Amino acid sequence: MSSAAPGGVREQGRSEYGVALFLGALGILVIVQALLLPESRIARGPVGPATIPIVVGGLLVVVACFLAVDVFRGGRGEPEGGEDVELTGSSDWRTVLMLAAAFVANALLIEPLGWPFSGAILFWGSAFALGSRHYVRDAVIALVLSFGSWYLFAFGLDVILPVGILKGIL
Amino acid sequence: MDALTSLVEGFGTALTPQNLLYAFIGVLLGTAIGVLPGIGPAMTVALLLPLTRGLDVTSALIMFAGIYYGGMYGGSTTSILLNTPGESASVVTAIEGNKMARSGRAAQALATAAIGSFVAGTIATLLLALLAPSVADLAVEVSPADFFAIMVLAFIAVTSVLGSSRVRGLAALGLGLTIGLIGIDRTSGQQRLTFGIAELADGIDVVVVAVGLFAVGEALWTAAHLRRRPIDVIPVGSPRMSRSDFSRSWKPWLRGTFIGFPFGAIPAGGAEIPTFLSYVTEKRLSKHPEEFGKGAIEGVAGPEATNNASAAGGLVPMLTLGIPTTATAAVMLAAIQSYGIEPGPRLFDTEPELVWGLIASLFIGNTVLLALNLPLAPLWAKLLRIPRSYLYAGILFFSSLGAYAANANTFDLFLLLAIGALGFMMRRYGLPVLPAIIGVILGPFAEEKLRQALQISNGEVSGLVTPLSTVVYAIVALIVLWPLVRRFLPRKVVPSVLDEAAHEIEASHAHHGLTSAVSVERHVGDGTGRARDPEEPRGT
Repeated sequence: MSSAAPGGVREQGRSEYGVALFLGALGILVIVQALLLPESRIARGPVGPATIPIVVGGLLVVVACFLAVDVFRGGRGEPEGGEDVELTGSSDWRTVLMLAAAFVANALLIEPLGWPFSGAILFWGSAFALGSRHYVRDAVIALVLSFGSWYLFAFGLDVILPVGILKGIL
Repeated sequence: MDALTSLVEGFGTALTPQNLLYAFIGVLLGTAIGVLPGIGPAMTVALLLPLTRGLDVTSALIMFAGIYYGGMYGGSTTSILLNTPGESASVVTAIEGNKMARSGRAAQALATAAIGSFVAGTIATLLLALLAPSVADLAVEVSPADFFAIMVLAFIAVTSVLGSSRVRGLAALGLGLTIGLIGIDRTSGQQRLTFGIAELADGIDVVVVAVGLFAVGEALWTAAHLRRRPIDVIPVGSPRMSRSDFSRSWKPWLRGTFIGFPFGAIPAGGAEIPTFLSYVTEKRLSKHPEEFGKGAIEGVAGPEATNNASAAGGLVPMLTLGIPTTATAAVMLAAIQSYGIEPGPRLFDTEPELVWGLIASLFIGNTVLLALNLPLAPLWAKLLRIPRSYLYAGILFFSSLGAYAANANTFDLFLLLAIGALGFMMRRYGLPVLPAIIGVILGPFAEEKLRQALQISNGEVSGLVTPLSTVVYAIVALIVLWPLVRRFLPRKVVPSVLDEAAHEIEASHAHHGLTSAVSVERHVGDGTGRARDPEEPRGT
């Protein structure tokens, strides 16, 4: 069933080694970090604060090796399907990058601009990235959602989200 | 009956007008969000978590009970009307349910799913109420060493049974355990994997992990492969059933309940295996086997009941041991922990009002579900047509909102994106998400129990060996070595019904193409696949 993998079998095969590499590197990082921990005076017995990280890191390294062997023997991870997923083409990186940009914009702007605007930018930008071209309608929906959620959190849940430039107005 | 008195008191807690309202809102929101394509029950619970923050813990849990059942029912509606199951447990429902819908019987399929869920949910919740206190009593005696063993079993079971590929399941588990390690070590007070970042000292908020893996990861993954052509939603009227539909449905409902509950209750389960088992059982027992594959109502009634019963069964280990067996239960456990409550054997003694209130509200949620979903089905069907650009923009919007509101810290938003990217990678390379989330939530707990056990034994490793833990480790070894063990077993040992289930899983996969939402198949090619693995814990 892996024959229908996106991007062609061979191409995915190579990038699957990347997953093994990532797991292995992460495992080594976890082990090194654990070994760098200072000696604990409180912990008793053979299991100190470093033991479990070493075991988990070891697990990652071992799994990385097995995964590499599996990929070498032709094993392929099966991309996840879903209601709106079509796995025939290759990944649409443009959309993903635009979504990430909208997401980061919100993270950077939420405190200076306030959630009502940064959230609206996130929604509008994401809708744009996903192919919506109803600019005005999208903006209206975005603002209704972000202001609505601000008021819902403020009055319903007693959580005050950042007001930013609307300070004193909201 | 002690449990029944407590249950009545639980109803006293849950039936206040205010809590009733929360149960109602929970079901409504849970179904509305759960029915949206691409959103499974775990994501529903994760996305709605922030909404319960302002509530007191009892009301919050009551709302969760509603969200839990609502989210699951929403998932089956999607799979019946769209034929693309959003989560593994409704794959089976899609097989016959969508065929029924295509032949103009969508209303009957939805009705048998709704009523079957209600019947199964009610019986299973009753079983939960009767069984859980006794399990909790037994579990009080369970030592930290035993707990550790049981958690190792849960880790191995979620990776081996559900993973299409064990090595990928283990990789996901390792990633989850690593995330769980981040923060100050509870025993020694040392910072682990924090890299000097102050925000990481308290560990990563489980809400951020759950929302990142489920919601952001899913949104990014779907965006990269968005289906650009309109999908085919089958219009539906009000769900209704004829007398003959009823007479064909009630036995599958009951059988489904009794298949689903035990599978949910063992601390290594998930709903895929029992739903497939139920499907195969119904196919065998049906008076109309020729209709299977063309839209047999039994094929919807049984698996749907099984699914719901296993969800209720899954609350037994979650409430009594603090061990979740499904992604949804894992997120609920995280929600309970965020109130500073540690689910476990003592929960029934320390928080009786909360536990029984929760159990009572499961009954209420179930009833509300039935009352809402029969008339509202046409509305839910309309939700399926929501423009995809708004749907996924909305998921990112609400994910950010929830993650930020948790700690009012921008750092969490960047973390959310990073974990979302991890979720994307996992979906791309077939690493299952469930072991990761179980690893994040149970990892720290398992470490704590291990160290407690070793402190009790004064550092002697022999302190980990107790009669119970020996049995549990034997099961773990059996699961791990199963591919080897199998060769030495005569073929007949395996009940043929399981072989058939394995075959069905394989067939349905061929049918769905790359719908890897079910991850049980793939290696079933030899006709004796890993779909059998779950038998081990049960048979031992």
